Amino acid sequence: MFVLSEMKDTVRIPPWEFKEETTDAIIEILNKKLANKVVYNVGLCIALWDLVKLEDSFIFPGDGASHTNVHFRYVVFRPFVDEILVGKIKGCSKEGVHVSMGFFDDILIPADALQHPARFDEEEQLWAWEYEVDEDTKHQLFMDIGEEIRFRVVDESFVDTTPSGPDTTNTDNVDSILTDPDLKKPPYTITGSISESGLGCLSWWNS
Amino acid sequence: MEVINESAALLTNYEVYSLLTDIQNGRGQKKPNKHQQNLATITYETVKYLENTPCKLQDPDILAKFTKAVAPFKLMKAETLQLLNHRPKTAVEIQLIIEESEERLTEEQIYELLEIISTNVPGTDEVETTEMAEVEMNNEEIREDTEMEAEDDYDEDEEVEVADELIVEDKNDVQVGEEDNDDD
Repeated sequence: MFVLSEMKDTVRIPPWEFKEETTDAIIEILNKKLANKVVYNVGLCIALWDLVKLEDSFIFPGDGASHTNVHFRYVVFRPFVDEILVGKIKGCSKEGVHVSMGFFDDILIPADALQHPARFDEEEQLWAWEYEVDEDTKHQLFMDIGEEIRFRVVDESFVDTTPSGPDTTNTDNVDSILTDPDLKKPPYTITGSISESGLGCLSWWNS
Repeated sequence: MEVINESAALLTNYEVYSLLTDIQNGRGQKKPNKHQQNLATITYETVKYLENTPCKLQDPDILAKFTKAVAPFKLMKAETLQLLNHRPKTAVEIQLIIEESEERLTEEQIYELLEIISTNVPGTDEVETTEMAEVEMNNEEIREDTEMEAEDDYDEDEEVEVADELIVEDKNDVQVGEEDNDDD
Protein backbone atom coordinates (compact mmCIF):
# COMPACT_ATOMS: atom_id res chain seq x y z
CA MET A 1 0.00 0.00 0.00
CA PHE A 2 2.78 2.42 0.93
CA VAL A 3 6.14 2.76 -0.81
CA LEU A 4 9.30 4.73 -0.26
CA SER A 5 10.19 7.11 -3.07
CA GLU A 6 13.67 8.51 -3.55
CA MET A 7 13.62 12.15 -4.62
CA LYS A 8 15.94 15.05 -4.98
CA ASP A 9 15.05 18.71 -4.65
CA THR A 10 16.61 22.11 -4.20
CA VAL A 11 15.34 23.45 -0.89
CA ARG A 12 15.27 27.19 -0.37
CA ILE A 13 15.65 28.13 3.28
CA PRO A 14 14.48 31.71 3.85
CA PRO A 15 16.62 33.81 6.24
CA TRP A 16 14.05 33.77 9.06
CA GLU A 17 14.43 29.97 9.25
CA PHE A 18 18.22 30.24 9.84
CA LYS A 19 17.66 30.11 13.59
CA GLU A 20 16.45 26.51 13.17
CA GLU A 21 18.73 23.50 12.72
CA THR A 22 19.34 23.13 8.97
CA THR A 23 17.91 19.59 8.91
CA ASP A 24 14.81 20.61 10.88
CA ALA A 25 14.20 23.51 8.50
CA ILE A 26 14.63 21.24 5.47
CA ILE A 27 12.28 18.59 6.90
CA GLU A 28 9.66 21.25 7.57
CA ILE A 29 9.95 22.76 4.10
CA LEU A 30 9.77 19.39 2.36
CA ASN A 31 6.75 18.33 4.39
CA LYS A 32 5.08 21.65 3.70
CA LYS A 33 5.67 21.19 0.00
CA LEU A 34 4.73 17.53 -0.41
CA ALA A 35 2.51 16.23 2.41
CA ASN A 36 -1.04 15.39 1.26
CA LYS A 37 -0.17 16.18 -2.38
CA VAL A 38 -0.21 13.91 -5.39
CA VAL A 39 3.02 13.86 -7.39
CA TYR A 40 2.53 12.94 -11.03
CA ASN A 41 3.33 9.25 -11.63
CA VAL A 42 4.52 8.82 -8.04
CA GLY A 43 1.42 8.80 -5.83
CA LEU A 44 -0.06 10.53 -2.80
CA CYS A 45 2.74 11.83 -0.58
CA ILE A 46 2.28 11.19 3.14
CA ALA A 47 5.35 12.22 5.15
CA LEU A 48 9.13 12.44 4.99
CA TRP A 49 10.91 9.17 5.85
CA ASP A 50 14.52 10.37 6.04
CA LEU A 51 17.11 12.71 4.53
CA VAL A 52 19.67 10.73 2.57
CA LYS A 53 22.20 13.36 1.60
CA LEU A 54 22.62 17.13 1.85
CA GLU A 55 24.81 18.78 -0.76
CA ASP A 56 26.58 22.13 -0.28
CA SER A 57 24.34 25.15 0.19
CA PHE A 58 24.47 28.16 -2.14
CA ILE A 59 23.62 31.82 -1.78
CA PHE A 60 22.63 33.70 -4.90
CA PRO A 61 23.14 37.43 -5.43
CA GLY A 62 19.99 39.36 -4.62
CA ASP A 63 18.46 36.61 -2.48
CA GLY A 64 19.12 36.24 1.24
CA ALA A 65 17.96 32.62 1.31
CA SER A 66 20.22 29.58 1.15
CA HIS A 67 19.65 26.89 -1.46
CA THR A 68 20.52 23.29 -0.72
CA ASN A 69 20.29 20.21 -2.91
CA VAL A 70 18.71 17.49 -0.81
CA HIS A 71 18.33 13.77 -1.49
CA PHE A 72 15.52 12.31 0.58
CA ARG A 73 13.06 9.45 0.87
CA TYR A 74 9.35 10.08 1.18
CA VAL A 75 6.48 7.80 2.22
CA VAL A 76 4.00 7.61 -0.65
CA PHE A 77 0.59 5.96 -0.93
CA ARG A 78 0.83 3.99 -4.17
CA PRO A 79 -0.85 0.58 -4.07
CA PHE A 80 0.46 -1.72 -6.77
CA VAL A 81 -1.84 -3.27 -9.36
CA ASP A 82 -3.38 -6.51 -7.98
CA GLU A 83 -2.99 -5.39 -4.36
CA ILE A 84 -5.91 -6.08 -2.02
CA LEU A 85 -7.13 -3.05 -0.08
CA VAL A 86 -9.91 -2.42 2.43
CA GLY A 87 -11.88 0.82 2.30
CA LYS A 88 -15.29 2.25 3.17
CA ILE A 89 -18.11 2.81 0.70
CA LYS A 90 -18.49 6.53 0.14
CA GLY A 91 -21.38 6.40 -2.25
CA CYS A 92 -23.00 4.61 -5.16
CA SER A 93 -23.86 6.00 -8.57
CA LYS A 94 -24.72 4.61 -11.99
CA GLU A 95 -20.98 4.51 -12.77
CA GLY A 96 -20.24 2.19 -9.89
CA VAL A 97 -19.24 2.23 -6.25
CA HIS A 98 -17.08 5.03 -4.86
CA VAL A 99 -14.70 3.96 -2.10
CA SER A 100 -12.73 6.02 0.41
CA MET A 101 -9.68 5.04 2.46
CA GLY A 102 -10.12 8.00 4.81
CA PHE A 103 -7.00 9.75 3.59
CA PHE A 104 -7.60 8.97 -0.10
CA ASP A 105 -10.99 9.24 -1.80
CA ASP A 106 -10.58 8.80 -5.54
CA ILE A 107 -11.30 5.10 -5.81
CA LEU A 108 -13.99 3.80 -8.15
CA ILE A 109 -15.23 0.28 -8.63
CA PRO A 110 -16.96 0.49 -12.02
CA ALA A 111 -20.30 -1.20 -12.58
CA ASP A 112 -18.80 -3.97 -14.72
CA ALA A 113 -16.29 -4.90 -12.01
CA LEU A 114 -18.93 -5.61 -9.33
CA GLN A 115 -20.01 -9.10 -8.29
CA HIS A 116 -22.17 -10.68 -10.97
CA PRO A 117 -25.17 -10.21 -11.25
CA ALA A 118 -25.35 -6.74 -9.72
CA ARG A 119 -28.25 -4.31 -9.95
CA PHE A 120 -28.50 -0.58 -9.32
CA ASP A 121 -31.48 0.24 -7.12
CA GLU A 122 -32.84 3.59 -8.33
CA GLU A 123 -34.97 4.13 -5.23
CA GLU A 124 -32.24 3.55 -2.70
CA GLN A 125 -29.48 4.78 -5.01
CA LEU A 126 -27.43 1.78 -4.02
CA TRP A 127 -25.83 -1.17 -5.77
CA ALA A 128 -26.95 -4.64 -4.78
CA TRP A 129 -25.48 -8.05 -5.50
CA GLU A 130 -28.27 -10.45 -6.45
CA TYR A 131 -26.81 -13.55 -4.89
CA GLU A 132 -28.56 -16.69 -6.05
CA VAL A 133 -29.10 -19.22 -3.30
CA ASP A 134 -30.97 -21.56 -5.62
CA GLU A 135 -33.07 -21.09 -8.76
CA ASP A 136 -36.03 -19.39 -7.09
CA THR A 137 -34.58 -17.44 -4.20
CA LYS A 138 -32.22 -14.54 -4.57
CA HIS A 139 -30.52 -12.63 -1.82
CA GLN A 140 -30.32 -8.88 -2.29
CA LEU A 141 -26.97 -7.90 -0.84
CA PHE A 142 -26.98 -4.10 -0.68
CA MET A 143 -23.76 -2.15 -0.59
CA ASP A 144 -24.66 0.38 2.08
CA ILE A 145 -22.79 3.62 2.49
CA GLY A 146 -20.14 3.44 5.20
CA GLU A 147 -19.73 -0.33 4.98
CA GLU A 148 -16.22 -1.76 4.82
CA ILE A 149 -15.33 -3.20 1.45
CA ARG A 150 -12.40 -5.28 0.27
CA PHE A 151 -11.32 -4.79 -3.34
CA ARG A 152 -8.48 -5.51 -5.74
CA VAL A 153 -6.62 -2.68 -7.46
CA VAL A 154 -6.87 -3.23 -11.22
CA ASP A 155 -5.79 0.11 -12.64
CA GLU A 156 -4.41 3.49 -11.69
CA SER A 157 -4.35 6.72 -13.62
CA PHE A 158 -2.55 10.00 -13.19
CA VAL A 159 -3.75 13.25 -14.71
CA ASP A 160 -1.30 16.08 -15.17
CA THR A 161 -3.08 18.96 -13.47
CA THR A 162 -0.34 21.56 -13.89
CA PRO A 163 -1.79 24.67 -15.52
CA SER A 164 -0.89 24.74 -19.19
CA GLY A 165 -0.96 28.49 -19.72
CA PRO A 166 -3.60 30.63 -21.36
CA ASP A 167 -5.48 29.06 -24.23
CA THR A 168 -4.94 31.29 -27.25
CA THR A 169 -7.47 29.59 -29.52
CA ASN A 170 -10.48 30.08 -27.26
CA THR A 171 -10.36 33.48 -25.55
CA ASP A 172 -14.01 34.54 -25.64
CA ASN A 173 -15.48 32.07 -23.20
CA VAL A 174 -14.40 31.91 -19.54
CA ASP A 175 -17.27 29.64 -18.52
CA SER A 176 -15.97 26.75 -20.57
CA ILE A 177 -12.78 26.77 -18.50
CA LEU A 178 -14.71 26.68 -15.25
CA THR A 179 -17.01 23.90 -16.34
CA ASP A 180 -14.43 21.87 -18.25
CA PRO A 181 -14.51 18.43 -16.61
CA ASP A 182 -10.84 17.84 -17.42
CA LEU A 183 -9.80 20.66 -15.12
CA LYS A 184 -11.68 19.24 -12.16
CA LYS A 185 -10.39 15.72 -12.64
CA PRO A 186 -8.66 14.26 -9.61
CA PRO A 187 -4.90 13.95 -10.16
CA TYR A 188 -4.68 10.29 -9.13
CA THR A 189 -7.47 7.75 -9.38
CA ILE A 190 -7.54 4.07 -8.57
CA THR A 191 -9.86 1.61 -10.28
CA GLY A 192 -10.90 -1.39 -8.22
CA SER A 193 -12.68 -4.66 -8.81
CA ILE A 194 -14.70 -6.94 -6.52
CA SER A 195 -15.69 -9.64 -9.02
CA GLU A 196 -13.93 -12.47 -7.18
CA SER A 197 -14.93 -14.58 -4.22
CA GLY A 198 -13.70 -13.05 -0.98
CA LEU A 199 -14.01 -9.50 -2.33
CA GLY A 200 -16.81 -7.07 -1.59
CA CYS A 201 -18.35 -6.02 1.70
CA LEU A 202 -16.55 -7.64 4.64
CA SER A 203 -19.90 -8.62 6.18
CA TRP A 204 -20.65 -10.89 3.21
CA TRP A 205 -17.74 -13.19 3.99
CA ASN A 206 -17.66 -13.14 7.77
CA SER A 207 -20.18 -15.89 8.39
CA MET B 1 12.13 18.51 -8.05
CA GLU B 2 13.40 15.26 -9.43
CA VAL B 3 12.14 11.77 -8.72
CA ILE B 4 15.07 9.35 -8.64
CA ASN B 5 13.17 6.16 -7.89
CA GLU B 6 9.42 6.30 -7.47
CA SER B 7 9.18 3.08 -5.51
CA ALA B 8 12.52 2.24 -3.95
CA ALA B 9 10.95 -0.04 -1.36
CA LEU B 10 7.60 -1.32 -0.12
CA LEU B 11 6.61 -0.35 3.40
CA THR B 12 4.41 -2.34 5.72
CA ASN B 13 1.47 -0.60 7.32
CA TYR B 14 3.24 -0.94 10.66
CA GLU B 15 6.27 1.04 9.48
CA VAL B 16 4.10 3.87 8.22
CA TYR B 17 1.99 3.79 11.36
CA SER B 18 4.99 4.04 13.67
CA LEU B 19 6.50 6.90 11.62
CA LEU B 20 3.25 8.86 11.69
CA THR B 21 2.58 8.35 15.38
CA ASP B 22 6.18 9.45 16.02
CA ILE B 23 5.53 12.62 14.04
CA GLN B 24 2.31 13.25 15.95
CA ASN B 25 4.11 12.88 19.25
CA GLY B 26 7.09 14.96 18.17
CA ARG B 27 9.54 12.03 18.25
CA GLY B 28 12.31 12.11 15.64
CA GLN B 29 10.61 14.76 13.53
CA LYS B 30 9.01 17.82 15.01
CA LYS B 31 5.28 18.02 15.55
CA PRO B 32 3.49 19.72 12.67
CA ASN B 33 3.14 23.42 13.56
CA LYS B 34 0.30 25.66 12.50
CA HIS B 35 1.91 26.32 9.12
CA GLN B 36 1.90 22.61 8.26
CA GLN B 37 -1.81 21.97 7.91
CA ASN B 38 -1.27 19.47 5.10
CA LEU B 39 1.06 17.28 7.12
CA ALA B 40 -1.20 17.44 10.17
CA THR B 41 -4.24 16.46 8.08
CA ILE B 42 -2.65 13.57 6.26
CA THR B 43 -0.99 12.11 9.37
CA TYR B 44 -4.27 12.34 11.29
CA GLU B 45 -6.31 10.72 8.53
CA THR B 46 -3.78 7.99 7.79
CA VAL B 47 -3.29 7.12 11.46
CA LYS B 48 -7.06 6.96 11.85
CA TYR B 49 -7.26 4.47 8.98
CA LEU B 50 -4.29 2.40 10.16
CA GLU B 51 -5.60 2.20 13.72
CA ASN B 52 -8.35 -0.07 12.45
CA THR B 53 -5.92 -2.48 10.84
CA PRO B 54 -3.88 -5.24 12.51
CA CYS B 55 -0.69 -3.15 12.19
CA LYS B 56 -1.60 -1.33 15.38
CA LEU B 57 -0.60 -4.39 17.40
CA GLN B 58 2.61 -5.20 15.53
CA ASP B 59 6.20 -4.42 16.37
CA PRO B 60 9.54 -4.98 14.57
CA ASP B 61 10.06 -8.34 16.32
CA ILE B 62 6.75 -9.67 15.06
CA LEU B 63 7.54 -8.62 11.49
CA ALA B 64 10.98 -10.23 11.60
CA LYS B 65 9.69 -13.45 13.18
CA PHE B 66 6.83 -13.67 10.70
CA THR B 67 9.00 -13.18 7.61
CA LYS B 68 11.26 -15.98 8.88
CA ALA B 69 8.30 -18.26 9.58
CA VAL B 70 6.85 -17.93 6.08
CA ALA B 71 10.18 -18.24 4.27
CA PRO B 72 9.59 -21.93 3.35
CA PHE B 73 6.44 -20.99 1.41
CA LYS B 74 8.50 -19.05 -1.15
CA LEU B 75 6.09 -16.13 -1.23
CA MET B 76 6.87 -12.92 -3.06
CA LYS B 77 7.72 -9.94 -0.90
CA ALA B 78 4.54 -8.17 -1.94
CA GLU B 79 2.53 -11.21 -0.80
CA THR B 80 4.25 -11.41 2.59
CA LEU B 81 3.60 -7.72 3.00
CA GLN B 82 -0.11 -8.12 2.32
CA LEU B 83 -0.36 -11.05 4.72
CA LEU B 84 1.02 -8.76 7.42
CA ASN B 85 -1.18 -5.83 6.48
CA HIS B 86 -4.42 -7.83 6.30
CA ARG B 87 -3.80 -10.72 8.68
CA PRO B 88 -6.14 -13.08 6.77
CA LYS B 89 -8.23 -15.49 8.81
CA THR B 90 -9.81 -17.61 6.07
CA ALA B 91 -8.55 -19.66 3.14
CA VAL B 92 -10.50 -17.43 0.75
CA GLU B 93 -8.48 -14.40 1.81
CA ILE B 94 -5.21 -16.30 1.35
CA GLN B 95 -6.28 -17.23 -2.18
CA LEU B 96 -6.95 -13.58 -2.94
CA ILE B 97 -3.59 -12.38 -1.72
CA ILE B 98 -1.41 -15.15 -3.12
CA GLU B 99 -1.39 -15.35 -6.85
CA GLU B 100 -2.17 -18.73 -8.39
CA SER B 101 -2.38 -20.16 -4.91
CA GLU B 102 -3.98 -23.36 -6.19
CA GLU B 103 -0.84 -24.27 -8.06
CA ARG B 104 1.70 -22.95 -5.62
CA LEU B 105 0.21 -24.11 -2.34
CA THR B 106 -1.56 -27.31 -1.29
CA GLU B 107 -4.61 -27.15 0.90
CA GLU B 108 -2.59 -28.24 3.95
CA GLN B 109 -0.07 -25.51 3.27
CA ILE B 110 -2.82 -22.89 3.22
CA TYR B 111 -4.05 -24.05 6.63
CA GLU B 112 -0.47 -24.17 7.87
CA LEU B 113 -0.06 -20.58 6.70
CA LEU B 114 -3.26 -19.51 8.47
CA GLU B 115 -1.95 -21.19 11.64
CA ILE B 116 1.36 -19.31 11.39
CA ILE B 117 -0.46 -16.03 10.89
CA SER B 118 -2.78 -16.52 13.85
CA THR B 119 0.07 -17.50 16.19
CA ASN B 120 2.68 -14.98 15.04
CA VAL B 121 0.65 -11.91 14.18
CA PRO B 122 -1.56 -10.54 16.94
CA GLY B 123 -5.15 -9.80 15.97
CA THR B 124 -8.27 -8.32 17.46
CA ASP B 125 -10.33 -11.51 17.71
CA GLU B 126 -12.19 -12.18 20.94
CA VAL B 127 -10.41 -15.50 21.41
CA GLU B 128 -7.07 -13.81 21.57
CA THR B 129 -7.92 -11.06 24.02
CA THR B 130 -5.46 -12.36 26.58
CA GLU B 131 -2.69 -12.54 24.00
CA MET B 132 -3.61 -9.08 22.82
CA ALA B 133 -3.45 -7.62 26.32
CA GLU B 134 0.04 -9.03 26.64
CA VAL B 135 1.11 -7.52 23.37
CA GLU B 136 -0.33 -4.18 24.32
CA MET B 137 1.56 -4.28 27.55
CA ASN B 138 4.75 -5.07 25.67
CA ASN B 139 4.06 -2.30 23.23
CA GLU B 140 3.62 0.11 26.06
CA GLU B 141 6.91 -0.94 27.58
CA ILE B 142 8.63 -0.49 24.26
CA ARG B 143 7.03 2.88 23.83
CA GLU B 144 8.18 4.01 27.22
CA ASP B 145 11.69 2.79 26.53
CA THR B 146 11.95 4.55 23.23
CA GLU B 147 10.49 7.69 24.65
CA MET B 148 13.12 7.76 27.33
CA GLU B 149 16.14 7.24 25.14
CA ALA B 150 14.89 8.86 21.98
CA GLU B 151 14.13 12.31 23.27
CA ASP B 152 17.03 13.90 21.45
CA ASP B 153 18.47 10.99 19.49
CA TYR B 154 15.89 9.19 17.41
CA ASP B 155 16.58 5.49 17.07
CA GLU B 156 15.54 4.75 13.55
CA ASP B 157 17.94 1.91 12.77
CA GLU B 158 15.66 -0.84 13.93
CA GLU B 159 12.84 0.17 11.63
CA VAL B 160 15.10 0.64 8.66
CA GLU B 161 16.44 -2.85 9.13
CA VAL B 162 12.94 -4.28 8.93
CA ALA B 163 12.25 -2.09 5.96
CA ASP B 164 15.25 -3.51 4.18
CA GLU B 165 14.12 -7.04 4.80
CA LEU B 166 10.78 -6.41 3.22
CA ILE B 167 12.12 -4.27 0.45
CA VAL B 168 11.07 -5.07 -3.07
CA GLU B 169 13.69 -3.34 -5.13
CA ASP B 170 11.19 -2.02 -7.59
CA LYS B 171 8.09 -3.10 -9.41
CA ASN B 172 10.03 -4.79 -12.19
CA ASP B 173 11.25 -7.27 -9.66
CA VAL B 174 7.74 -8.31 -8.80
CA GLN B 175 6.85 -8.68 -12.42
CA VAL B 176 9.82 -10.92 -13.11
CA GLY B 177 8.69 -13.07 -10.22
CA GLU B 178 5.25 -13.35 -11.67
CA GLU B 179 6.49 -14.41 -15.04
CA ASP B 180 8.54 -17.14 -13.44
CA ASN B 181 5.43 -18.47 -11.83
CA ASP B 182 3.57 -18.50 -15.08
CA ASP B 183 6.24 -20.73 -16.55
CA ASP B 184 5.82 -23.18 -13.73
